[in-house]
Amino acid sequence: MSAQIVAPAIDARGIRRVYAAKPEPVTALAGVDLEVHPGELFGLLGPNGAGKTTLIKILTTLLLPSAGTARVFGFDIEKETKQIRRIMNMVAGGEQSGYGILTVREQLWMFSQFYGLGSREGWGRVDELIDAVGLEEQRQQRVSSLSTGQRQKMNFARGLLNDPWILFLDEPTLGLDVSAARAVRELVTGWQAAVPGRTVLLTTHYMAEADELCERIAIVDRGRVLAIGTPAELKQRVQRESIFRIELDRLTGGPTVLARLPGVVSATAAADGNGGGEGADPRRTVAVSLVLHDDAALGGVVGALGGLGSRILALRKSEPTLEEVFVELVGRGLEDAEGPATNGSGPIGPSRPETAHEPGEPEPEEVG
Amino acid sequence: MTTRAFVGRPTAGPREAADWSRGQVLSNDLRSVVGRAFPRVRGMAREPSWLLFEILLPFLTTSSFVFVYQALHAPPEYIGFVVLGGAMTAFWLNVVWMMAAQLYWEKDQGNLELYFAAPMDVMSVLFGMAIGGLIMSATRAAVVLVVASVVYRVQFSVEQWGLLLLVFFLTLAALYGLGMVLASLFLMWGREAWHLTQLLAEPVYFVSGLNFPVAALGRIGALALATIPLATGLDAMRQLAFSGSVGPVFLSPEVEALILIAMTVLFVLLARFMLRTLEERARREGRLTVRWR
Repeated sequence: MSAQIVAPAIDARGIRRVYAAKPEPVTALAGVDLEVHPGELFGLLGPNGAGKTTLIKILTTLLLPSAGTARVFGFDIEKETKQIRRIMNMVAGGEQSGYGILTVREQLWMFSQFYGLGSREGWGRVDELIDAVGLEEQRQQRVSSLSTGQRQKMNFARGLLNDPWILFLDEPTLGLDVSAARAVRELVTGWQAAVPGRTVLLTTHYMAEADELCERIAIVDRGRVLAIGTPAELKQRVQRESIFRIELDRLTGGPTVLARLPGVVSATAAADGNGGGEGADPRRTVAVSLVLHDDAALGGVVGALGGLGSRILALRKSEPTLEEVFVELVGRGLEDAEGPATNGSGPIGPSRPETAHEPGEPEPEEVG
Repeated sequence: MTTRAFVGRPTAGPREAADWSRGQVLSNDLRSVVGRAFPRVRGMAREPSWLLFEILLPFLTTSSFVFVYQALHAPPEYIGFVVLGGAMTAFWLNVVWMMAAQLYWEKDQGNLELYFAAPMDVMSVLFGMAIGGLIMSATRAAVVLVVASVVYRVQFSVEQWGLLLLVFFLTLAALYGLGMVLASLFLMWGREAWHLTQLLAEPVYFVSGLNFPVAALGRIGALALATIPLATGLDAMRQLAFSGSVGPVFLSPEVEALILIAMTVLFVLLARFMLRTLEERARREGRLTVRWR
């Protein structure tokens, strides 16, 4: 199937979006270029107010760009809206859509009718999806009585009713507890992997979520894409040196012995270990944090340790986190960028109030 | 986890999946009408409070006018006028208080965004809302009409059943067409439109002639007949349900039926135009589909 998909799933060129706000217009997107391949799970990572939701609204045909062009599977977002709407769906975190008076089953059936499913076909599809997202016990429960996690699972099922080729997920785990967030992430990956060519564009400000789910990530801040790549590629941008944690049965002379070896930038006692050397507890193992110019220097260190009579118990390469990548690119941490009222550490803390646009984004008034 | 549900309905690719025939488009729009009417109809059975608020209370209002007419020894068909007006009040209330505010409410719930993002024509949503509301109100109106007719022994005198039914349905069509227009206005102006409706509620009640023949109001009544579907429909229905009754008459039921047809066409076209404009504006300005705006 995927061989038949020739156009990029998303092809955005020079997208700008300016909101007329008081006292002066605010630029939400300042020239975004983005290409997402069919079958990709692509993440937009950035703080609140970065422009992620604005970009999603433009790609889902709900908002026009002030400048630039964008295509979804080759369909123009300005002129071919109906075609795009037939093959896409969207789910937002904290979504309260639908009617509380209906049961889960009825609500999903109602939405199925908006996507052209026959009445009987709709009921069948709804039952399948209810089972798939694990809401069997809530099937006949009123929507108004669902928990936040159950509600989000139902929203996710709604997003799959029409078998979209592209699914836009705007902060899908927002406000969910750890277990519910994990369930939603598993649903996303399970659904996407089921049919080749299905594409997911996910916005999040949870670093771990982006790292876990996304094949490629665009780091967005203040309406600009600062970097695009796989999580590994992005991390490599900030990893100029190789960092290892090495655990030894003993180390005569302590870490300073290793620091003198060629290719070693520094060797220090690991924060959580016994540093060895004078005064060290001989009954404990020795943990050393090694910073090397590159991986090649590791051979020399291992050889030297053999000469010193040390036995290597464990060796682990340390990788930078996306948080470090973000700090490197943006010049501040994600939490700093969001301000004190928001929770950027992961889907564990309290949720922010529901808003359709991100709190940091300008309140949309009119296009500039 | 059921992976079969995740496989869904296979299509060759996104381009093919997006290529709908006219039949598919029409079918999708019609199904959307049914889909949007669904929560209204289901909700009826789940909210028994409507028995109190929309049957008992309107019945009491109707009764008060009945007692006044009885005390004045008015002709017996006037009791019938009031009962008929009381029944039609259900539709008017539904249009003004529920239908008109519906899109605005949908926006606040976050539904409007999903409607705009779905492949159906958004007019289907308005039609669905109208049909759902109509079914709900028809039930209530029927209960008021039957109960009040029995309690106050109303004697109907119908010679043209066909025309009476036609006028009834045309009145509903025109009323809900107006509801569609109001829904778009509410979405655009929000609270301001709500306040305006509140301001106009009583005067519209008055000139609609819910409890007396509207022709008694002279020129104002004539103006109401030409502009307010409730007034036009009620006047025609009175003439048809109580044929030969006394009371001033401006226009024949046939002419009023034509006015109702014109109103229906006008309101539906106007609603369609406004919704298209609103959707365009929503995309341009980004605020009409956004909650809390």
